[in-house]
Amino acid sequence: MVAIADSVPKPVSRFQFILDRRDVLGSLMVAPAILYVLLLVGVPFLMAVYYSLSAYTIYDPSWSFVGLSNFEDILEDPTFRQTLYNTFIFTFGSQILGLILGKFGALLLLRPFPGRKIVRALIILPWVVPIALATVAWQWMFDSLYSVINWTLIAMGIVTRDEAPNWLGTPELAMLSVIVVNAWRFFPFAIVIFLAGITAVPQDVIDAATVDGAGFWRRNYQIILPMILPIMAIGLVFGIVFTFTDLSIVYLMTQGGPVGATSVLGFAGFQTGIVSGDVSHGAAISVFMLPLLLIVVVTMLRFIRRREI
Amino acid sequence: MQRATAGTVLQETSFYSAVVFFVILAAFPFYWMLITAFKTNGDLYNVSHIPFWFNDPPTLEHFHYLFEKTLFTTWLLNSLIIGLCVTAITLVTALPAAYSLARMTGRNGEALGIGIFLTYLVPPTLLFLPLSRVIAELGLQNSMWALVVVYPTFTIPFCTWLLMGFFKSLPVEIEEAAIVDGCSLFGAFIKMAIPLSLPGILTVVIFTFTLTLQEFVYALTFVSASDQKPITLGVATDLIRGDIFFWGEIMAGALIASIPVAIAYNLFLDRFISGITGGAVK
Repeated sequence: MVAIADSVPKPVSRFQFILDRRDVLGSLMVAPAILYVLLLVGVPFLMAVYYSLSAYTIYDPSWSFVGLSNFEDILEDPTFRQTLYNTFIFTFGSQILGLILGKFGALLLLRPFPGRKIVRALIILPWVVPIALATVAWQWMFDSLYSVINWTLIAMGIVTRDEAPNWLGTPELAMLSVIVVNAWRFFPFAIVIFLAGITAVPQDVIDAATVDGAGFWRRNYQIILPMILPIMAIGLVFGIVFTFTDLSIVYLMTQGGPVGATSVLGFAGFQTGIVSGDVSHGAAISVFMLPLLLIVVVTMLRFIRRREI
Repeated sequence: MQRATAGTVLQETSFYSAVVFFVILAAFPFYWMLITAFKTNGDLYNVSHIPFWFNDPPTLEHFHYLFEKTLFTTWLLNSLIIGLCVTAITLVTALPAAYSLARMTGRNGEALGIGIFLTYLVPPTLLFLPLSRVIAELGLQNSMWALVVVYPTFTIPFCTWLLMGFFKSLPVEIEEAAIVDGCSLFGAFIKMAIPLSLPGILTVVIFTFTLTLQEFVYALTFVSASDQKPITLGVATDLIRGDIFFWGEIMAGALIASIPVAIAYNLFLDRFISGITGGAVK
């Protein structure tokens, strides 16, 4: 409240006058942020799309336009088709698993019990700790020789040491492993989103439904679920976008292997575009992420608009 | 009566076993980090030992090695510098932008705000190819300053969105009163809005910092010199010699880097959630 006393008339200049116009000052204040994002997200975005249509490698930076031939090349490549397929399995497998775990976890945390705060803090860990670090811990847990998971399985008599699974060395198990790690990383986020949604449903709505004879499932799926749908959609958008375009889990745990069994779009784009220096084919691989992103963005905009009405 | 009690007991038991299951699922990898970091190598690499606790007395040898024989302290320092610079850039750009979008640009502001936020969803794995060229043009390849330039591309959108919500929740009357009392529009922002939104600014500082610590893809792409790496990248990729993983050291490093982020998030979780859901829940 100091400034209320600060009413000494200031020298009026033309500059001052312009800065006191709401629209002018408003545009000036928003400009740096827009400029930053435009220059380092907008322009690179367009460049990425152009790269995918050019013959640009780090050895031949000529940018010559080659039309859709890069896309033809990668689509003919069975490894790429495998990658595309893997990406969908990886994304939807881990999102479904994460959502199921998230829903049950949220139901548990809804109920007050002693130590709930500590339990919540522990359950949230997978999502907040830098994923690269948590992934390395999982990699150690899946170690071919010293895996704690295998040790437990052997101790329980489920498998013998000779037939203990090589988690990251077998195609199907490697895919399962990266899916589990990614679901593990996202389920706390799903819990938090569910909780935020459910606690926002007014209690009187639930009470009214109960009085009208709605049972547990009906309350859950016909009253609560539709009401928390917008917030769930936003949560799911994040989950899908960040999984579909992820690189770190696969890069650290399996390097796309064994023999391409866990290669996903982000990883393949990195290998081709950055490691091998074939920028335009790498860009073409990455551009395959766009259709899904577009769908997701449109969905999100629809939900945001609905919220405003 | 007897039956009802038995039923409740059963219900309680299954409830608490479910809670225990979730806690183990979520926290076991971190327990594993912790116990690995303090175990002797002889204890770690012996399959006949029970792995869940110490068979030999705990040791600090991995921490000693980490701090004395690796670049760990350099990585810590790098991450700190990157975090501070990115936070500064983010605050300077996102604060005025968020205020302007919340207060001065009306209906267009809302649309523009959503537009900025959507750029947060453009994936690094699409942008890293052109950005690596931009970084090369700037002469920043293989330097941690590349990350200082690139990280604001996701912290600015995120924080602008978060702060927009914050400014909207402030009563506009206070700034109006200041303007009536002779304060300029910009003065009202500096002298009224900023001090009142200090909790929001603190949240943004914490999240910008943790977002830079969590980032991996850009760091992996732009920095390969060991002494330029931020902590997450260094711990995850630089403590390996050929095929040999230094598990004790890796887990010790991961533990040290994880703890501050975990604490910060738990303190600010609720604000984070209302931030990304953009007030979809009122």
